[in-house]
Parts: sequence; C-alpha cells; structure tokens
Amino acid sequence: MLDLRLYMLQRLSALILAPLVLTHIGVMIYAVQGGLSAAEILGRTQGSVTWMLFYGLFVAAVSIHAAIGVRAIAAEWFGLRGSALSGLSLAVFAVLGILGARAVYAVTAL
Amino acid sequence: MAAETDKPEKMVPEKMMDVSVWRGGPDGGAFEQFKAPQQESQTILDVVTYIQQNEDPSLAYRFACRVGMCGSCAMMVNGQPRWTCRTHVQKVLKDNKLEIAPLRNLPVIRDLATDMTVFFDKWTAAEASFTPTVTRDDPMAPINPAEPKRAAASEAIECINCAICYAACDAVAGNEDYLGPAALNRAWTLVNDVRDGGQKSRLDAVSAAGGCHNCHSMGNCAQFCPNELNPTASIAGLKRATVKAALGFRK
Amino acid sequence: MIRPHRSHPLWFAFILHRVSGLALALFLPLHFYVLAMALTSPEALDGFLSWTDMTIVKLAEYGLVFLLAAHFFGGLRLLALEFLPWSPRQKTLAAGAVALAFCVSTIFFLSAV
Repeated sequence: MLDLRLYMLQRLSALILAPLVLTHIGVMIYAVQGGLSAAEILGRTQGSVTWMLFYGLFVAAVSIHAAIGVRAIAAEWFGLRGSALSGLSLAVFAVLGILGARAVYAVTAL
Repeated sequence: MAAETDKPEKMVPEKMMDVSVWRGGPDGGAFEQFKAPQQESQTILDVVTYIQQNEDPSLAYRFACRVGMCGSCAMMVNGQPRWTCRTHVQKVLKDNKLEIAPLRNLPVIRDLATDMTVFFDKWTAAEASFTPTVTRDDPMAPINPAEPKRAAASEAIECINCAICYAACDAVAGNEDYLGPAALNRAWTLVNDVRDGGQKSRLDAVSAAGGCHNCHSMGNCAQFCPNELNPTASIAGLKRATVKAALGFRK
Repeated sequence: MIRPHRSHPLWFAFILHRVSGLALALFLPLHFYVLAMALTSPEALDGFLSWTDMTIVKLAEYGLVFLLAAHFFGGLRLLALEFLPWSPRQKTLAAGAVALAFCVSTIFFLSAV
C-alpha cells in the first residue's frame, strides 16, 4: 500500500535514523555498565540542548518510520484498507510522536 | 501373449505414487487423491496427463509445448510454483507423495487452470510495452548490445509470462493492487530502452499505490524464475529511477 | 510450519526485518512511557530501573538490542539494494547483517552483566 511519496518518506526517515540508532546503541553500551539509575541518566541528559535535539529528531523520525512500516504490515498481513488503514497509520504516528516528545522533555528539560 | 505385447509397460509391477490434486472452481475446492504409476524420467506434467487420461477425464489443466519454453504448465508442486514439464518427479517426490495445485495468487477457472487475465492486465497497467518515437521509414537506432542500459534490459528481457514469480510473491498475496514482479520486470526493460518515448508516463504508472514501492525484496521471484531472471533487481532499478525522477535528476 | 517456497535466505531476511520492526514499534510506547516518569515521579522510574539488575531483564534487553541492530543492519542492506547499483551478493550481505547484529547485541549484553 505504498506509493512513491510514502516510500520516499520511509527511506528518508531511515537515512536520518541510521546514525541516530548507531549512536543510541553505543550510548546504551556505555550507560548500561555498572547498572542503571535515574540519577545517573538524568545527570547526563537534563539541561542538555544536544540530547534534546538528538532525541527530538529521533522521535520525529521514528514516528514517521514506524507508522509507515506498520501501515505495510496492517495492509498485507491484516487486510486493512481505506480509512481503517489510514486511521491506524496516523494513530501510530500520533502515539509515538506524543509519548516520545513527552519522554524527550522529561529527560532533557531542567 | 497378445496382452503382454500390447501393453509392455504393464509387465513389470509398478510402484504407485499418492498424488493429491486440487479440484474445484472459483468458489473453492479440495484436494482429491489419485494413484499414479512411477516411471523413469517422469515429469509432473506426465503425472497430471496420466491422471486425466486414465483416472478422471474431467481434470482441467493447461500445457502447450511440454519442453520448457512456453510456461503454460506452471502449477504449485508440493507448495512451490514450478513448470510441471520441467519438474522431474524424482526430484520432488516426498514419502511417495505429490501435491499438485493451481498457481497461487490467481483466480481459478477450474482445477489446475487459473485465470491469467489480471496478470496480463497488470502488465498493461505497468505500461510495460514499447512506445515508439520514429516510424519504419526512419533509420534503425544504432544500439550497442554492450551499452549498460541495453545490457540491463537484455538481462531481464527473457520473461515468457508464466506467472511463477507472481505466484511465489508474498507481496502479491497481501496486496491485490500490487502489479507484481513480472509486470514490473518488463517495465524495467523498457525504462532501459533508449528508443522508447513513454518513460515519464511509465515511471508514474509504476509509482502508484500498486507500484514498485510495495516490493519488500524478499526475492521469491528470483528464487523461482525458471528463466533465472531477477525481478528483485529490476524492481530495485525501478525504485532508483522513480526516486531520481522525483528528485529532478536527469537520467 | 513454514511453507516450502519460502525457505530461502532472503525471505528469512525479510521476515526478520518485518518482525523486528513490529516488535520495536510495539516496544517504543512502553519505553517512552517509562522514561517520561522522570517528569512525574523519578522514584517510579528508579523502581523500574532497578528491575534491570535482574538477569532475565538483561536477557530481554539483549533480545531488544539484537532486534534493533538486526533491523538497523538489515535496513542498511536494503538502502544499499535500492539506492546503489545491484550487488549479486545479497545473501552474503544479509548474513553479514545478522552477524553484525549478533556481535553488537552481545557486546551490549556483556556490558550489562
């Protein structure tokens, strides 16, 4: 159920996500050593404009990428079409975008 | 004795195989069980022919050349789409059983014969046909077969529209609008034809909701094409061409 | 039971990519919800984070990082397939993507335990 536009959006978001995901995995490998705690995490991220921009971009890109990906699965494996399909895609985009923005704010705002 | 010389093949006791053949029509059907004798150098088409000639004359199936050139005899054999005239029984027989069904992803007319209309309609919808720009009175276009574009077209051009790739493709199974590997592969040969005048229109045709961007590169088409074509690669080429055009690059 | 016509490497690569993507899409809302607890109640966040000391949770994280890395490396293969000239080595690239994903996620797991 992908036309050229959705396809390009999907690939573009993938290109944006690529370096972000690689960095995120690297950071997690670093952060997970010696255990995780809220203080440790927030100590790194709170008040940081860099992390806010980094994860803000991450959330924006992944909301688009996951919404289109789920759209393909919903159409091909679950037979959704028309407004049900579009509704689900938009819902995935909105849920990830809103919850993601909240999380970015929670972790980077002062 | 007369009986023995009339039917020499009956002198030796034959090993019989269990053959499940799908019977039915557009509204559904079921597998029917037959027994067929195993023979040396036997193909699945031989088995289907034996059943129709000796067990049930009402069995409907399609074939033409029976030598692996026309693609008419394509069916699902033990779950895999194959040319039945080129599938040796010994290669696919499992526990003395065979399962023969009509090609997947196509409506059934009766038993093993499918309706190929939608397959050919999608070929047209992909604009996978040549649009001339000159007449017969103009000189021939001097095209070197080794030129990259001509080489790319030549690699994909041997498609005989047997629909095996169409039957194998899970993206086709999940999306009735998807044009499918054969139509898109043919479109790619024309995208690479420098004499063709319909490029822009064709790129639009393969960029619509059922277009090339629905391919997930799972490669069932290339895996099963009896002519060893690679629609996955052709469709990747179409994706490149459509994105380049959308971003305004000249080819 | 996997039907026979699908048992080839590039089909498995497709399934891995699709299933990992779906799993990540389902996991992310939970991930975002837990992180947002930093705003409303940092104690609850610490409560959640203390679960990560448990081996079973570390194993689950191992799996998640594997899925993310597999989706990432598999995705790179797809971007190359679609935007670079065709390579006939798709099966090798697909195997390489899974191998890299396994390496990266194992490095993560070893860092976590």
